[in-house]
Amino acid sequence: MIPDLGNYAVEVMSAYVLSILLLVAIVAVSLRRGRKVRGQLVKIEARKESANV
Amino acid sequence: MSIWEYANPKKFIATTTPLVPWVLGVAIACLVVGLVWGFFLTPDDFRQGSTVKIIYLHVPAALMAINAWFMMLAMSLIWLVRRHHVSALAARAAAPVGIVMTLIALITGAIWGQPMWGTWWAWDPRLTSFLILFLFYLGYMALWEAIEDPDTAADLTSVLCIVGSVFAVLSRYAVNFWNQGLHQGTSIPVATGERTISDVFFVPLLICMVGFGLLFLALVLIRTQTEIRVRRIRALEIRMRS
Amino acid sequence: MIALLRRDLSLAVRAGGGFGLGLAFFLIIVVLVPFGVGPEAAVLSRIAPGILWVAALLAALLSLDRIFALNFEDGTLPLLATSPLPLEGVALIKGVAHWITTGLPLTLAAPAFGFLLNLDPSAYVWLLASLALGTPALSMIGTFGAALTVGLRRGGLLMSLLVLPLYVPTLIFGAETVRRGALGLDAITPLLMLAGITLGSFALLPFATSSALRVNLK
Repeated sequence: MIPDLGNYAVEVMSAYVLSILLLVAIVAVSLRRGRKVRGQLVKIEARKESANV
Repeated sequence: MSIWEYANPKKFIATTTPLVPWVLGVAIACLVVGLVWGFFLTPDDFRQGSTVKIIYLHVPAALMAINAWFMMLAMSLIWLVRRHHVSALAARAAAPVGIVMTLIALITGAIWGQPMWGTWWAWDPRLTSFLILFLFYLGYMALWEAIEDPDTAADLTSVLCIVGSVFAVLSRYAVNFWNQGLHQGTSIPVATGERTISDVFFVPLLICMVGFGLLFLALVLIRTQTEIRVRRIRALEIRMRS
Repeated sequence: MIALLRRDLSLAVRAGGGFGLGLAFFLIIVVLVPFGVGPEAAVLSRIAPGILWVAALLAALLSLDRIFALNFEDGTLPLLATSPLPLEGVALIKGVAHWITTGLPLTLAAPAFGFLLNLDPSAYVWLLASLALGTPALSMIGTFGAALTVGLRRGGLLMSLLVLPLYVPTLIFGAETVRRGALGLDAITPLLMLAGITLGSFALLPFATSSALRVNLK
């Protein structure tokens, strides 16, 4: 499946693996933090509403 | 109905929320198509062998690393002149993405150079410039973290971004000057403008560049929304405490 | 403006002002390097330009937080900001004062330290010229960095992180001037670039510095 990378298999594979890992990481971190903050905001706005009532 | 302090941030979130899944989706699609095409379906280079495949990661990442900084520069200027909080927050949001792009450019650049130079790191002018850019990103992010008052932080980091941009460009020339004495032969060949690249390589490269660009956009939209919400949370907390 | 300069200079020279500290630090680095890399004369001679410039840079860095610290602590910084003197002028004077108390002594002492490091004889004039032209830039850039972090407790480490990347072009051209001078190559080009950086810094950074000060004083 993997094409014949010749002498440079280690280099090419490590470049791809590391880069893709970094991209996945920044996407995951951004999405996760976004979700967490959204939850916090909902909670604090609910508190505000109930405090106003 | 929640009342936002500023209409702008609310409109930003309302407008961008439906867009984000699309931008992210197309970005990932482009990346998958581009990388799969480049990795599996392109031939090896006469001189560089299969390491030429690294181009599909290195060039787009390097381009975005620089573009991210320019975007932060533009956002900083808009903040200083027009005081739109969204632009200050967008600059802050972009920095981590930019630094990841820089890191990818550095890692792939170093790996790509290894077969040519025999070492895992060489002080090639281009790589060195990216290393300096990495330090600028670090400083920028550190300053945001260090200052408590958000508006003060926005102001100071904006000034830093502007001054940093001048010195970053200056460093580029300085580093070229610094390394010209060492006759190194070719530095890492870059597709854009330095040599004619046949369509076989170019089309998947273009797709990857689009993919990286859209991914940057998606991440900045997501992260800016988060920053806006964090700011809102802080405002509410202060208001409720008093 | 001259009064401000004179006051800062006298404060620096007084005991506790840290006047000789930068110079002592410069000496220490120069002495430490042979312990680190070995005493071989040829090796030292080769790296001397770089070591001297890096040492000068670090010595300049050491005294940066002092630039606004006293004013910040005793509350005179807001007074300076609202004085009839433009804040850009204050920033400029602060940069000049820092140079006179740090860069200038370094420049004058450097040949002696070059001697310790076996610097090539033909490089001495370039060493003096590059440091004389380049250390003012270090002072002005450092003043900008100090203004950014003036309000922070323990802002020193952060300031170094911000300032050191800004120092890179100055360091490169400064060290290259001395290095090429030692080898007998054309050293005028990097020297001119260095002069350009210093002039540009003094022309433009006072504005950035005063903006940062104003923000921090709000």
